[in-house]
Amino acid sequence: MGISEISIERQDSSVASESPELLVSKRLNHLRMLESESIYILREAAAEFARPVMLYSIGKDSSVMLRLAQKAFFPGKIPFPLLHIDTSFKFPEMIEFRDSYAKQIGAELIVHKNQDALDAGANPFLLGTQKCCGLLKTKSLLDALTEGGFDAAFGGARRDEEKSRAKERIYSFRDSLGQWDPKNQRPELWNIFNSRLDKGESIRVFPLSNWTELDVWLYIHVEQIPIVPLYFSREREVVLRNGSIVVINNSSQLLPGEKTQTLKCRMRSLGCVSCTGAIRSEADTLPKIIEEMVSFRRSERENRAIDHDEEGSMELKKREGYF
Amino acid sequence: MISSAKNAPADAFAAFLDQDLSTKLLRFTTAGSVDDGKSTLIGRLLHDSKAVYEDQLASVKRSRINRSTGPIDFSLITDGLRAEREQGITIDVAYRYFATSRRKFIIADTPGHEQYTRNMATGASTADLAVILIDATKGLLAQTRRHAFIASVLGIKHVLAAVNKMDLAEYREDLFLKLKDDFVTLAAQLGITNVQCIPISALEGDNIVERSARMRWYDGPTLLEHLETVPLPDSDSLEGFRFPIQSVIRPDANFRGFAGRIASGVVRPGDSVVALPSGQKTRVHSIVTYDGDLPRASSPMSVTLQLEAEIDLSRGDMLVSSLDVPRVARNFHATVVWLHANPLELGRTYLVKHTVRQTKIRATRIRHRVNINTLMQEQATQLRMNEIGSVEFEANVPLFFDPYASNRTTGSFILIDALSNATVGAGMIQEDPAAKRGSAPAEAAANLRIPAGSPVSAQERRIRRGHWPAVLLLEGRQALATRLERHLFEQGFEVLHLTDSAVSTVALSETIRVTQAAGIVVLYSGSDLDAETKRLIATNSEGRFFDLAESKTSHLSEEEHAGQALAFAQALRLPRAEKNQEKVN
Repeated sequence: MGISEISIERQDSSVASESPELLVSKRLNHLRMLESESIYILREAAAEFARPVMLYSIGKDSSVMLRLAQKAFFPGKIPFPLLHIDTSFKFPEMIEFRDSYAKQIGAELIVHKNQDALDAGANPFLLGTQKCCGLLKTKSLLDALTEGGFDAAFGGARRDEEKSRAKERIYSFRDSLGQWDPKNQRPELWNIFNSRLDKGESIRVFPLSNWTELDVWLYIHVEQIPIVPLYFSREREVVLRNGSIVVINNSSQLLPGEKTQTLKCRMRSLGCVSCTGAIRSEADTLPKIIEEMVSFRRSERENRAIDHDEEGSMELKKREGYF
Repeated sequence: MISSAKNAPADAFAAFLDQDLSTKLLRFTTAGSVDDGKSTLIGRLLHDSKAVYEDQLASVKRSRINRSTGPIDFSLITDGLRAEREQGITIDVAYRYFATSRRKFIIADTPGHEQYTRNMATGASTADLAVILIDATKGLLAQTRRHAFIASVLGIKHVLAAVNKMDLAEYREDLFLKLKDDFVTLAAQLGITNVQCIPISALEGDNIVERSARMRWYDGPTLLEHLETVPLPDSDSLEGFRFPIQSVIRPDANFRGFAGRIASGVVRPGDSVVALPSGQKTRVHSIVTYDGDLPRASSPMSVTLQLEAEIDLSRGDMLVSSLDVPRVARNFHATVVWLHANPLELGRTYLVKHTVRQTKIRATRIRHRVNINTLMQEQATQLRMNEIGSVEFEANVPLFFDPYASNRTTGSFILIDALSNATVGAGMIQEDPAAKRGSAPAEAAANLRIPAGSPVSAQERRIRRGHWPAVLLLEGRQALATRLERHLFEQGFEVLHLTDSAVSTVALSETIRVTQAAGIVVLYSGSDLDAETKRLIATNSEGRFFDLAESKTSHLSEEEHAGQALAFAQALRLPRAEKNQEKVN
């Protein structure tokens, strides 16, 4: 091969149309860097596991993960189903959004409820948040994964969310009972993932591991990703309960003696109606949400009752199989 | 930070967004042992850069444990697992995130104790920079050597030595300078070229974010300043294109695309590519993404490529530049970090995962083991957990790879135990010494300018430099030429910038005859040349000659001109196959 093959002419058109940052810096900005890593992870897991599934919680992180999956397999369809663990205590806006959006993008959606527990009357007031979560979320999830024969499940968890999550792998190994052993995790070097499993074992895959809450919001804004209207502030009927703002959809959610008031508020993260507090906010657009975020001094899970049951409670839940 | 943007008008938000979206990411790792105050340093960094939320801080303050002497045990911010809080040590790699207006950061916080070498290697594998803590009251310890060694083995280019606990050393300059000397010497032994030493007190916050009032003798950057300004590696447009195929996307009969993440280099529609292992050649038809087709894509973007010809290609194969192909071999040797309690056994079959390709592999010989405390090479027949050694391998099928030193993605692999499924080893492929030692090629009488009997041939010079000599005429474009000279030099080119002050136009064509014989790429930015001089230069450079004035694109911007010149220079690189072939002959 000689110098005669050098063709400057051929390069002209493409060079002329590229961005003028040629010598300055070719490094991708941080969002594109994160996007590219996440797409790589989604493609790896989709190729290596027999039956992957995407845990879809309807929240902002799930929405980002879903868009990344659309990008990863474009122009093909997302090659795995979405799974929503429905506690039946979710906000009605969430369910509405879930059904219409999944239909719009042509994704296969599986909805799973722990019907036995619900029939037995499980609810957070009766059982307390920890037990309720254990039955309606953790057990329900493990059952759904077993029933579907799924060997890998994508989750939208991020390492910046909570302490024990900071030590989570991108491919997080679970034994045949779905349990996480934080002291016996597989070392994960570079971006080379070990997908080897024995029968009954599974891997939780976290494509958003390296994203922060701000990254997620910026991406939603830049990519114009649809999200549940609960994230935007407006006047809502609420009660103040144990220091948190609880949105009330119908009077049956009121405890004895409670009266609703109207408050301009929004959700910072989405969960069950009774265990997810709203925050006072004027942010009714994405730019305002982002501005609010950068001035916030409190973490997004602060309004989630389940993280505060006791110190290290997330680690305990994760050990048992919680996402 | 940007809290002033609150309630600001829309254009303030647009400005914030612009700035934020142009922010680049720096990944760094931290190593230090239990008593170095590493967790305290990170907690302090997160706290002082306002990355710790109030409720998380309240939870630390509430905690029953306080291992520090101050009101807040910053280390509790980072030690996430119960066992860590109870034992007071960091056990596993923790990833932390924070941002300033200048950069976003990911910290891989790793435990420093010898038994956690594997965790340090894990954190270092994705890092651009390593922060190594040195206790000012103790000086350089065996563990400091170990940390620096692991950083160098994992290919980290920048090391920041944070000399901590200066508060316990009376903030003494002489002490700091001695430790700095010691460390710079150590780094030089290990081949680490970019070293910054900073005297700090993590506990008191000296020189972390704010400049210390108690060490006015120190005029270098604070720890955060250095992290914000240290140069980041660009995606290198001159590296060979490497594209491991993750999957084939075939939604219908009309579309067949190959999905993957570009491991190195650049790709454009029309580029000539080779499929490995088949060796089939074709051209790139289009670069497909959800956001539309692209005119160009570079590492580390995730894209889908459509090719002009229907060729045999599936997951685990690789598309590479036809001008620069990787080594394709079943045998190679690598530096290995052993990660598992069961030692590396010679002759045993393991699974290897290299890029996205998985196959079987055996270790055939351990050349030596490195004592990670003394850095001495030792004889060994096995590698135990947390040991590092140089190992020869034989894979069942060929792998396509580059040396780790030049390509972190195609030069790395993991080993998996086929029975337990555990990840047991991590490998970094070394340059093949056989190829390096290859006898000099017999030079044909191809190059008339080399006097008969010259002991060094033009071809040998070319092989050593890795590229052809050439001339780029950039008349009157001194600024552009200066930038190109630096850029090409950093990319490994032997390059020389000639201006009017360096050589007269009369002597130019003769000068170029000499630089061509020496194998150099010349950039000329002096005054305009007449047609006769250009003709002579073209002859003396054997047609390897780029003239910006000829490119019929005078309306283009400087960046676009730079792009043309770079594309020309890129094609001067010797194809790797030719390099190897010439070496073996």
